[in-house]
Amino acid sequence: MDEKRLDEIIEKYPYPAGRTLGVLREIQIQERHIPMDTLKLVSEKLDLPLSELFALVTFYSFFSLKPVGEHLITVCMGTPCHVKGAEKILETLEEHLGLSGEVQDGKYLQTTPDNKFTVEIARCFGACSMAPVLHVDGELHGYVTPERIPEILEMYGWKR
Amino acid sequence: MRIQTSEDLDSIRKKGLQKIQPGRLRIGVGTSSCGIAVGGMALYNLLDEIIQTKNLDISLVKTGCIGFCKEEPIVSVSIPGKALVLLRKVKPDDVERIISLALHGDVPSDRVLCTISDWDHITGNLVYGNEFDTFPEYGEIPFFAHQKKVILRDSGLINPEDIDEYIGIGGYFAAYKALTSMKPDAIIDEVKRSGLRGRGGAGFPAGLKWEITKKAPGEEKFIVCNADEGDPGAYMNRNEMESDPHMLLEGMLIGAYAMGVSEGLIYIRAEYPLAIERLMLALDQARTYGLLGKNIFNTGFDFDIRIATGAGAFVCGESTALAASIEGKTGRPRLRPPRLTEKGVFGKPTDLNNVETWCNVPVIIAKGALWYSSIGAKGNTGTKVFSLVGKVDNIGMVEVPLGTSLHSIIYDIGNGGALGKEVKAVQTGGPSGGCIPVRLFDTPVDFESLNQVGTMMGSGGLVVMDEDTNMVDIARYFINFASGESCGKCVPCREGLKHMLLILNRIVAGKGTRQDIGLLRELAETVQKTSLCGLGQTAPNPVLTTMQYFKEEYDDLISPEA
Repeated sequence: MDEKRLDEIIEKYPYPAGRTLGVLREIQIQERHIPMDTLKLVSEKLDLPLSELFALVTFYSFFSLKPVGEHLITVCMGTPCHVKGAEKILETLEEHLGLSGEVQDGKYLQTTPDNKFTVEIARCFGACSMAPVLHVDGELHGYVTPERIPEILEMYGWKR
Repeated sequence: MRIQTSEDLDSIRKKGLQKIQPGRLRIGVGTSSCGIAVGGMALYNLLDEIIQTKNLDISLVKTGCIGFCKEEPIVSVSIPGKALVLLRKVKPDDVERIISLALHGDVPSDRVLCTISDWDHITGNLVYGNEFDTFPEYGEIPFFAHQKKVILRDSGLINPEDIDEYIGIGGYFAAYKALTSMKPDAIIDEVKRSGLRGRGGAGFPAGLKWEITKKAPGEEKFIVCNADEGDPGAYMNRNEMESDPHMLLEGMLIGAYAMGVSEGLIYIRAEYPLAIERLMLALDQARTYGLLGKNIFNTGFDFDIRIATGAGAFVCGESTALAASIEGKTGRPRLRPPRLTEKGVFGKPTDLNNVETWCNVPVIIAKGALWYSSIGAKGNTGTKVFSLVGKVDNIGMVEVPLGTSLHSIIYDIGNGGALGKEVKAVQTGGPSGGCIPVRLFDTPVDFESLNQVGTMMGSGGLVVMDEDTNMVDIARYFINFASGESCGKCVPCREGLKHMLLILNRIVAGKGTRQDIGLLRELAETVQKTSLCGLGQTAPNPVLTTMQYFKEEYDDLISPEA
């Protein structure tokens, strides 16, 4: 992220309450991860130790330090989704995309070798009425079944 | 324009009313997050395109969620003089037909869910008309008939992106009354007499908390709205903010005046982008009208609200962790006391209330404590909004008076198990709550009764489990959740939950022993008694309740020789 864009983000948060997480949230949304260089820049501009910012981005699950693929799939693992088979949804995604299902550094985040898709999990995004649900690039898909996974992936350029 | 006098407010009310009942055809499309996901926004855009290109005399608006999630996308059609009609499961193919029929005073009968001839917004009443009597009335649909809408009174009927419509049905009149004609102490007294208890889960008397904050020494204070809603299976706060954001802002404005606070914060989950967007819009509109900012209603009172976003940490629902998070720190709780009311955000006295608690305030002031306390049960006044989800037939947002039985919610409103299956249990209170078996469904839903059966109200998620659900797996699910969300500060929570998870994994894999069951219980009780904050103290509840009520399912997983 260039300095000008970062300045624009920081400008939106003049008050101390909620500033740091607000700035990080916008970086995460725009870049879909928190690039290390940007984090260093934030540290200078907000006059906060880099270690403190690093603690934040590793503590809160909304942030990711690792870059993600072209399309980001977030599978909801809330209770209603769990009860209605979210695990099977995740397994089916892993199967079609050839992912290993391994958890690294306590965070589930996997990218296909061609960098087309990244799959991550979330605790609950409050769309429980349509469980099980998943997000692709922020777009919500409800009532997902393992059978519907290929069809959803194809919407984002996946080929069988 | 700035609203300063009651005449100003009344002129906006007339303008808002004119928007809700414009004297021409009005079509509303349910566009909360869930409605959008099942095609609500596409419907809205399609309708808009047709209206624009054909230059039709139709008022098209976005509305919030009427609560019947199973029937989304829901479109409302209001033909002047006739009953408002709710259409269910509307598809893009239906759009042309809806428009042409509506322009001729009719609706597509195969899509009708129900009609509304008049509506009590509590702060105002709307009469639509009595036609279409061959269709069922709102109150004749079992899903709606057993509900009482106080918090959700405007949801799905007004445009949440237009402050005029909120004022149109009497919004901000309670704030006007409070600021211009009531002493701050009288407001606190009114809230105390209403019996309102915090809707975030613990049920602390709201008026008392306000009084404590007010009396706390210090000039600078904060009021905070907890909109973190981290419980998996709970989404009522999201809906409330997406469907009627001004109700929350008005509640906070009244609270701020009563406590003498000029700074308000809404701490909201980053996972709720639409709620954030609508709140931002609502804040801008309220500022434009002078309902936030300096010298509100010309009374000399200043107050403004800012938004602070969370970033995905369940523990930040805990008050001290939430305060730390607002300050830009990792959300780790600290020992209490001191409580937030004494030492909160940036060390200043802070009153923290949940979204729904604030939303109750405008009606309490508008209708009085006596009116409010006549709803619900003794010591548990008012209504509570629940998200009824899981393996239940009628999924949706449900609002009932406190004290309603679980049976009524799950069978009368929810119509029992989905796909004709038997309901086995319901989980209330999220990871802090417990699983209640069907034989205890006579339990009234109130703070004390739920505690007595080993669970809690929580923010209001009701996840229904049916005969296919394995309760040990559910217990493991919750411990996995709580263990992953533990902030790691105290040993009982960090280590205890991890080892409970390991034992549960063993049991679910069929490798558990009798000894494991004993150890699991012992660990659960230790974590409960010795953890630093509410997360650890309540995390064992799903295990303890399933061990108590579904012991045989644990036994079944343990081989006889083990």
